[in-house]
Amino acid sequence: MVAALVVVPVVLLVARLLHPTGEVWAQLWSTILPEMIRNTLLLMLGVAVITLALGSGLAWLVTAYRFPGSRVFDWALILPLAVPTYVMGFVYMATFDFAGPVQTTLRAWFGADIALPNIRSGGGAILVMGLTLYPYVYFLARAAFREQSSSTFDAARAMGYTRLQTFFKLVLPLARPSLVAGVTLALLEAMTDFATVRFFNFRTMSEGVVHVWQGMMNRDAAIELSALFLFFALAIVILERLLRGRSRYYQPGRRTRQIPRVKLVGWRKWAAAATCTAIFGTAFLLPAARLVSWTVGDLSNAATVNVLKTVYLGYVFRTFALAATAAVIAVLLALILAQGTRMNRGRFGLAATRLATMGYALPGAVIAAGALITIATIDRTVMSASESLFGINPGLLLTGSIAGLLYAYVVRFMAVAYNSVESSMEKVTPNMEEAARTLGATPARVMWRVHLPLIKVGMAAGAALVFVDVMKELPATILLAPFGMETLSMWTYMLAAESLWESAALPSLTIVIVGLIPVMLLMRVGRMTTPGGNQ
Amino acid sequence: MAYLRLASRYRAASLAVFLTVACSGAADSPVVNIYSTRHYGAMEPMYAGFTTETGIEVRVSHGNMHALLERLRAEGEQTVADAFFAVDAGGLWLAANDGLLQSVESAVLEQNIPENLRDPENRFFALSQRVRSIAYMPGRVDPSEISTYEALTDGKWRGRLCLRPSTNVYTQSLVASLIAAHGEARAEEIVRGWVANEPEYIDSDTRILETIAAGGCDAGITNHYYLGRLLKANPDFPVKMLWANQDGRGVHRNVSGIGVTAAAAHRENAIKLIEWLSGPVGQAGDDSGLPGSNLEFPVNPDVDPHPIIAGFGPWTADPMPLAEYGRYQADAVRLMERAGYR
Repeated sequence: MVAALVVVPVVLLVARLLHPTGEVWAQLWSTILPEMIRNTLLLMLGVAVITLALGSGLAWLVTAYRFPGSRVFDWALILPLAVPTYVMGFVYMATFDFAGPVQTTLRAWFGADIALPNIRSGGGAILVMGLTLYPYVYFLARAAFREQSSSTFDAARAMGYTRLQTFFKLVLPLARPSLVAGVTLALLEAMTDFATVRFFNFRTMSEGVVHVWQGMMNRDAAIELSALFLFFALAIVILERLLRGRSRYYQPGRRTRQIPRVKLVGWRKWAAAATCTAIFGTAFLLPAARLVSWTVGDLSNAATVNVLKTVYLGYVFRTFALAATAAVIAVLLALILAQGTRMNRGRFGLAATRLATMGYALPGAVIAAGALITIATIDRTVMSASESLFGINPGLLLTGSIAGLLYAYVVRFMAVAYNSVESSMEKVTPNMEEAARTLGATPARVMWRVHLPLIKVGMAAGAALVFVDVMKELPATILLAPFGMETLSMWTYMLAAESLWESAALPSLTIVIVGLIPVMLLMRVGRMTTPGGNQ
Repeated sequence: MAYLRLASRYRAASLAVFLTVACSGAADSPVVNIYSTRHYGAMEPMYAGFTTETGIEVRVSHGNMHALLERLRAEGEQTVADAFFAVDAGGLWLAANDGLLQSVESAVLEQNIPENLRDPENRFFALSQRVRSIAYMPGRVDPSEISTYEALTDGKWRGRLCLRPSTNVYTQSLVASLIAAHGEARAEEIVRGWVANEPEYIDSDTRILETIAAGGCDAGITNHYYLGRLLKANPDFPVKMLWANQDGRGVHRNVSGIGVTAAAAHRENAIKLIEWLSGPVGQAGDDSGLPGSNLEFPVNPDVDPHPIIAGFGPWTADPMPLAEYGRYQADAVRLMERAGYR
């Protein structure tokens, strides 16, 4: 039933496919569609490579080795998760484009004729997305590496493999579910982004959907275009399932030793420290520093401070409340979904889950449109029913209310909550469940006393990720936020689109700082679940 | 199941909230609610001035034009919005065409706003004007060589232009004006000419101007007030603007405007607000007025523009009727796609 709630907007969208607007497709195919598809594939490939390399590589560095700063980098490398991609996008653009400080300085040193790469390109978009999204893979990989028992690792070493060989032949494959889950999240986020790619003049399909909708004012064609997304998403999800494989990944005997950390010496230790510093610097320190300096510049103007005082706190409170509510609802629903799938492993259950998590693959704007249609229909039905039965007109109950926006968030981010809860649940062995059932526990009791304590980590992680995602979310918010319910992300984007960097910096910085809180929570949660840590 | 309880609790909660809001709305001081696509310029002090004078509170919800139009359509008769403020004539026409705006008869508005800046059916009224013209770097460009939009198709500008991408509504309206003036075939030729010059596409007028100043390109097309803003912050900013097509049909002019929604609950308040915004106080050329706060040109012929933009010189506008912007917008987008304009 939960799946049904979530699936309805998606189904409505698919239903539109039955009435395709032919000539729009013809025009699109002959002009921009091939380019958009090509760009989307390029983007996904680039982002997959960068996030996998950075995420797993850095996670291995901090898990298996000790070097100067490794303890700090352990948690610091997740921080870029708090920076929305569009904020990273405009910071990079403002810093590295022709008129920006970096190129201006380089021209001053080396002369005006030097050829510098153009940040406003597909390469720029891929780079920025890779830097913002690698923490998804990093976090999950790190957790996976931590949980691997040292006995298998020692066995491999005893057989003569070097640490590096062991990494590639043993550690990585064992961590496959986590890696695949992380890369999938990153890919889906990159695919559905439209705000960031716009800064880089890089036309992907999600930008195309918005373009057809707004520029050509053809909502139906836009919805059909987004049906293409469904196919891409299906492809990614199927790929994910294939890559995860059918094998089970739980390791019996939870209190085992972790993989031992080796202290690096010589050039290796400095190389490791330098790599981590470079990534952390470009992915977090650079945008943070630019935002801080712009904010300081903005606040030095007294008139601005006056206006801001009244306006700013309202934005913060609203954004916070909205994100927290959505996170709680999403995780509860994900729990029900995951539990249902576990108990009923039939085709139907699995299919329902697939459909329910499909929302992540659709652009927020499209989900919002679907949600809007659903809600408007519900409202109209309720209104006419109430009028004919009771003679009263209750007005708009759901349209224009928070419920609509929360509904869209849940549809959109169910996948995040579900992946977290499910991968945590996957580690619970069937033995425990069966043992509890043999002892006479009802399914509810099993859930409460056995599963919940074990997966509360996954739930907390899921809630934290959804919180951060909702705070950063843009297109659905723009469409569905009720009157006066504007969020920080809307404010940031409006200002950044007008190139008012200094004004956009304050709300951006707020999103980043507030987003750090759940990221830190993720960190503590991650530390708590390592074997040998306090449980 | 737990979620069912949650859902019904939600329904109860939103019903409760709705009732509270509905009841409080009746008891509160007078109010006017606006859906606005205009998000820059400090409008708050201006609205505060209106509230002080009339006692009517102004509440604004911001958003992107198409998102707001979509909301207005979905909300229909139940909409909260009393007025719709858009920064592009196309948006206003779209709203009017969809029946989202109502006709307003007002002697004050007829006096304050020239006829060509009002909808023929009085569904929307322009409140400020913006000109999209050619910016250039004086040392590197001779203005007489780029006095028209069409002149930018000349091969000597290859690699020297910075243009705004087709996704932006300002570009779409400009191309719409080319279609209205030349017909679709010739307009496509012109856009293909621009594309052949391999322009740098930058999705920000301010950035285009800054890139021209830094030497990344020599000329570009931008809205006049972005240059005004840069000059206000730095009077020595080197880029200059010329008014295009002055010997021909006139330079491309767009407007910010407002209309009363068809289902407005506070219709009279909305009309009062529009009349105030069109009067000498609302139209002031300095920071206290609507046009002045963004360095745009006023619509009221009795009000002078801000000195910075007055310094750009007098201009004649392309007399294209406001309705045409919206009518040709979709065609303009398709044309740009065919021509390969990014």
